[in-house]
Amino acid sequence: MALQIVHACVNCCACVEVCPNEAIYADTPHFLIDEAKCTECLGEYADPQCAAICPIECAIVNELGDPLNPPGSLTGIPLEKLIELGLYKAAA
Amino acid sequence: MDLPVISNTPPTPLTPSGGGCSSSGCGTAPDALGHLPDHIRAKVQDHPCYSEEAHHYFARMHVAVAPACNIQCNYCNRKYDCANESRPGVVSEVLSPDQAIKKVLAVAAKIPQMTVLGIAGPGDPLANPGRTFETFRQLAERAPDIKLCVSTNGLNLPQYADEIAKYNIDHVTITINCIDPEIGAKIYPWIFWENKRIRGVECARILIEQQQKGLEMLTARGILVKVNSVLIPGVNDRHLKEVSRVVKAKGAFLHNVMPLIAEAEHGTYYGLMGQASPSSEQLQELQDDCSGDMAMMRHCRQCRADAVGLLGEDRGAEFTMDKIDQLSLDDIDYAAAMVRRKEVHDAIIDQLDQQRATRRAMPPPLSGDSHDPENLSPAWRTVLMAVAGKNGVVGEHFGHAREFLIYEASPGGVRFVSHRKTGLYCSGVETCGEGDEVSASSIADEPESVLDKTIATLTGCEVVLCSKIGYEPWGKLEASGIQPNGEHAMEPIEDAVLAVYKEMGSAGKLADKPAESASSRKAA
Ligand code: SF4
Ligand code: SF4
Ligand code: SF4
Repeated sequence: MALQIVHACVNCCACVEVCPNEAIYADTPHFLIDEAKCTECLGEYADPQCAAICPIECAIVNELGDPLNPPGSLTGIPLEKLIELGLYKAAA
Repeated sequence: MDLPVISNTPPTPLTPSGGGCSSSGCGTAPDALGHLPDHIRAKVQDHPCYSEEAHHYFARMHVAVAPACNIQCNYCNRKYDCANESRPGVVSEVLSPDQAIKKVLAVAAKIPQMTVLGIAGPGDPLANPGRTFETFRQLAERAPDIKLCVSTNGLNLPQYADEIAKYNIDHVTITINCIDPEIGAKIYPWIFWENKRIRGVECARILIEQQQKGLEMLTARGILVKVNSVLIPGVNDRHLKEVSRVVKAKGAFLHNVMPLIAEAEHGTYYGLMGQASPSSEQLQELQDDCSGDMAMMRHCRQCRADAVGLLGEDRGAEFTMDKIDQLSLDDIDYAAAMVRRKEVHDAIIDQLDQQRATRRAMPPPLSGDSHDPENLSPAWRTVLMAVAGKNGVVGEHFGHAREFLIYEASPGGVRFVSHRKTGLYCSGVETCGEGDEVSASSIADEPESVLDKTIATLTGCEVVLCSKIGYEPWGKLEASGIQPNGEHAMEPIEDAVLAVYKEMGSAGKLADKPAESASSRKAA
């Protein structure tokens, strides 16, 4: 049971600062979550901390590959606008 | 108007601070400091960020050690550096505290004008407390003469105010865009607070509360606080006067209003949603409004003044990260470097003192003697001039200027008013790059719009001073009622502006209204 950081990550390091389990480490091309250490913050916080601070939509996904912060959820830019601008790609 | 003369010796009853400067516009005298309490004035006057005089001589640098941020601003895209502190679209290479210290010590050993080290990103320094304070701690240990500054969105400020006060921190910049949560909700979509992502009006309320509390805590601890605000038309434009009033009442010594930069290609919420950026005139109007209210020195700019570039030659190549990495800290003799810095700083301060003394000795500009060509006629009207400046001189090619310094020349003298950025730096690689990198087709499509944009930023100015200028922009500027002038290349800016003003006066051009509708803001 662990979250995963995927290609959208911009290496801002915010998640590293807040992870209670030191599960996140720097790697190239982007940060990664050590699945042995990640507890999804269960029992510690109501929300997974990394996903609660991450500024980039779709950078952190669950085991099903679904983004915890889907397109539009952080910027507030409406989906139609993202599609119109060609910025919306179905989550990986 | 009688303004206190700024002196290096802290004023005592024996050295009255009232003085001889009888004009608000004596050269670059920091008249904006006049009303500040003595202890703050003493701190500010030789500060490269805040003193109009000192910035020509001292250097500062920033290191990017703080990548994380804990809030989202609608004008920022976290693929890039913090938009509060940097030009949009910039990506800094993040340094570890150890790398940062090496770089700073190396630069400060080679460039003894170095006085201030800032940490301003690429995220929020206080969202990276470990890295930020480690950098400060090491620097205070190895180069205690270097002042430190930190910029923040304010969310974590109350938590770290005491920690900040421990270090040799010279000043803190807080970006405060509003004090009304309803307005804040239009600027901040979320914050990370107490282990949750908080959204909407609630997030703005918490952020504002923390910023205000942080401001109070810092000023209570005697730390200089500057407040920056981003002017967002239709969102906080009418609100910023109130912000100015409140932060002044809480002890901020300077309020700096910066223009929103919202371009779709930066991928920010505002950029993509078509939020308008303010025009130069809108910005200046607001800066005028707020300065009536408080000590707003417009000198401060939205830039990363870099010690590496101070000397007018680009020395960046000497300080690339791989060179720094090879360096051993043992190679730097800090003690000797510090002694050298002290000598250089003292010499600069002496020079500034002498300049102040000379100005004091000069006859007040208003007591005009018409036989003396040095004098200005009190009947002349006020003129705005744009200067393509570099390191205090008219040193930039018109077409290369990323910003123009706006000066006001009046019978009272010459006064720095503001910075105006050109479209150059934000119009993408094609237009930013060197001319020869631009493809033929883009030249055919584009050049007019860039030049037109640049000219539009100069609205209200009657003259533009630069070191060189091409044939085409010359013609276009003239057609827009702006006189290009390349005759004062490499002269100190204030002298050049004054010289041009006098020329205009002698030629009878200052007797009445400007030719175009240019600067009718102020009648002489
Ligand atoms: S979910 Fe929690 S434990 Fe897992 S990486 Fe994120 S912050 Fe760390
Ligand atoms: S917070 Fe998000 S974008 Fe930043 S490093 Fe972590 S996963 Fe990447
Ligand atoms: S404080 Fe605002 S502008 Fe600065 S990094 Fe954070 S979101 Fe961007």
